[in-house]
Amino acid sequence: MLRYILQRILLFIPTVFVISVVTFTLIQLPPGDYITVYAAQLEASGQEVSEQLLTALRGRYGLDQPITIQYAKWIGNIVLYGDFGQSMQWNRPVADLIWERLWWTIALSLGTLIFTWIVAFPIGIYSATHQYSVADYVFTFIGFFGQGVPDFLLALVLMWLGYSWFGVEVGGLFSAAYKDAPWSLAKFADLLRHLWVPVVVLGIAGTAGLIRTMRANLLDELRKPYVVTARAKGMKERALVWKYPVRVALNPFISGLAYVLPGLVSGATIISVVLSLPTTGPMMLRALMSQDMYLAGSFLLLLSTLTVLGTLVSDILLAWVDPRIRLG
Amino acid sequence: MPTKSRKDLQGERLFTASQWQLMWWRFTRHKLAVISMVVLLVAYGIALFCEFVAPHDPNRYDARWVLAPPMKLHFVDKDGRFHLQPFVYGLKSKRDLETLAMVVVPDESRTYPIKLFARGDPYELWGQFANDRHLFGIKADDQMFFLFGADELGRDSLSRIIYGGRISLSIGLVGVFLSLIFGIILGGISGYYGGVADLIIQRVIEFLRSLPAIPLWLMLAAALPPTWSSIRIYFGITIILSFIGWTGLARVVRGRFLALREEDFILAARLANAPRMRIILRHMVPSFASHLIASLTLSIPGMIMSETALSFLGLGLQPPIVSWGVLLQSAQNLRSVVLAPWLLLPGLFVVIVVLAFNFMGDGLRDAADPYAM
Repeated sequence: MLRYILQRILLFIPTVFVISVVTFTLIQLPPGDYITVYAAQLEASGQEVSEQLLTALRGRYGLDQPITIQYAKWIGNIVLYGDFGQSMQWNRPVADLIWERLWWTIALSLGTLIFTWIVAFPIGIYSATHQYSVADYVFTFIGFFGQGVPDFLLALVLMWLGYSWFGVEVGGLFSAAYKDAPWSLAKFADLLRHLWVPVVVLGIAGTAGLIRTMRANLLDELRKPYVVTARAKGMKERALVWKYPVRVALNPFISGLAYVLPGLVSGATIISVVLSLPTTGPMMLRALMSQDMYLAGSFLLLLSTLTVLGTLVSDILLAWVDPRIRLG
Repeated sequence: MPTKSRKDLQGERLFTASQWQLMWWRFTRHKLAVISMVVLLVAYGIALFCEFVAPHDPNRYDARWVLAPPMKLHFVDKDGRFHLQPFVYGLKSKRDLETLAMVVVPDESRTYPIKLFARGDPYELWGQFANDRHLFGIKADDQMFFLFGADELGRDSLSRIIYGGRISLSIGLVGVFLSLIFGIILGGISGYYGGVADLIIQRVIEFLRSLPAIPLWLMLAAALPPTWSSIRIYFGITIILSFIGWTGLARVVRGRFLALREEDFILAARLANAPRMRIILRHMVPSFASHLIASLTLSIPGMIMSETALSFLGLGLQPPIVSWGVLLQSAQNLRSVVLAPWLLLPGLFVVIVVLAFNFMGDGLRDAADPYAM
């Protein structure tokens, strides 16, 4: 077990290295470096741009050096000092801007994950034990629908219905009254009132997928001879289902972490733009629109690292739950 | 001479039927999949002939009809007379006395019957054949025909949705085709040779699948030079989308290769000293082609949704290209949706096409292995 965990962690390090190289390449892709854009911006706003300032800036980010040195400087600053570079659009260090938004993205993704589990677990079991019942067909239909509707469209339609039927604006995470208020129970309640919309919208596709896998796995398991044997011996149906097949069929819930998490983070990006949530999505989009590549790149780096970390955690959990994996 | 019963004939046909014939029979048993296939054929047919089917030029605008609501089809006129041929009322601008804003309302003094093969805006089908006949439309120079309402510039939404279908539907096919090429080459290498090549390719696939797709696509799309022409942006976006799309197909191909490698008929071919390429192309590919077609069908909707999402965010295709995602951009904020809910209609078509592909892919997957029964 320990060896397996060590193996996985060792694999994690080169993965993050590759992520950082990919991100750095993407930051460098647009024509012209960051300083040229910065100078053009300053000039456009009527400020004087001295050659001295530009040279100083180029030196600070190592832009006058070969690309490998630039990469080493960039990643070194991030790892050692937590310095992600400067955002041109905000004229502030990137590190100041990203953390709060990153926490919201993590909170939203994890919240949705928990929602997905809570909803998919009972429905998956019910659908499998009551195969081809009316409710099974209904859930199957909802499942197909959930996977077929783009999440941002669902968000738009919910917003529209919420506004035109109930007169409430479902966007954002807080009502105006609580936006800048300090944390309190009332503010938390207000948050929950707003949070369900993005959680449901974001979770529906994942939930649908999870129900399908849970149902298929449990059906396979229920047809196995050991279930027949237990039933023949007179074991109570409820105890029988819960004690053995459900525990075996539970694997996709944990391995699903690895598949669902990238999708959640990815979906949260676009949902947040539609529902104007204070997560990484809208800020990253705006950064890309104005070619603020350091800010956008930092988001990509951190989000990718987080999802890979999620995969790592799910792999370890899975090995802990299912001995076949760590021994296989 | 005893005549064979119907049942015997059927049985004989079953025994002599080819693999593809069996699959087709199996597929037609899945009613929803057949309906979906018809829906998709119609959708692609419309996309192919969009210049002819669309009642208007997608770029024709009229400032008088900004955000005009969808016209209603009428069969009964003001005098209570029934017309077999549906007609619509004209439009007029009026000031709303409550909000004091200009609104477009039906003008019941003018009626326009809807004609098949009506003359309208001139177009060139596939840029080749000049014509001005449209599948349907109204005969009027001064009045545009808005079955699905007008957008914020007074252009016909229906025509734009139909033209957008050509881009959105084709991008799914082109993207999946690119993914297929990558997928077959890399998945094939991975599955046939195994060993180090397999290990490396599997790691790359795992890596790509663990990344959040939309932020990565956004970053890649932002790196496309803004000076590019529309057609280059189009291909740029498809390449970006297949950047992750190939991983799923490569997994299918690899899995099939691994399974087939152990089969007796492959061993027989190898013992008969067949060259490697012949084994792959003549023996292996035909036996997993059906599975591949099913997986391809199931990966097209993902492509379509991704393009829609990217364009919706403003980093995919750009106007003047019309795609469903580009059209949905104008429905990005709540105010315009409340004011003009018909701007959400392109989304309905995305949902229909995506669901149809999913159902058809499901049917194909079930039919892919006709001997499995």
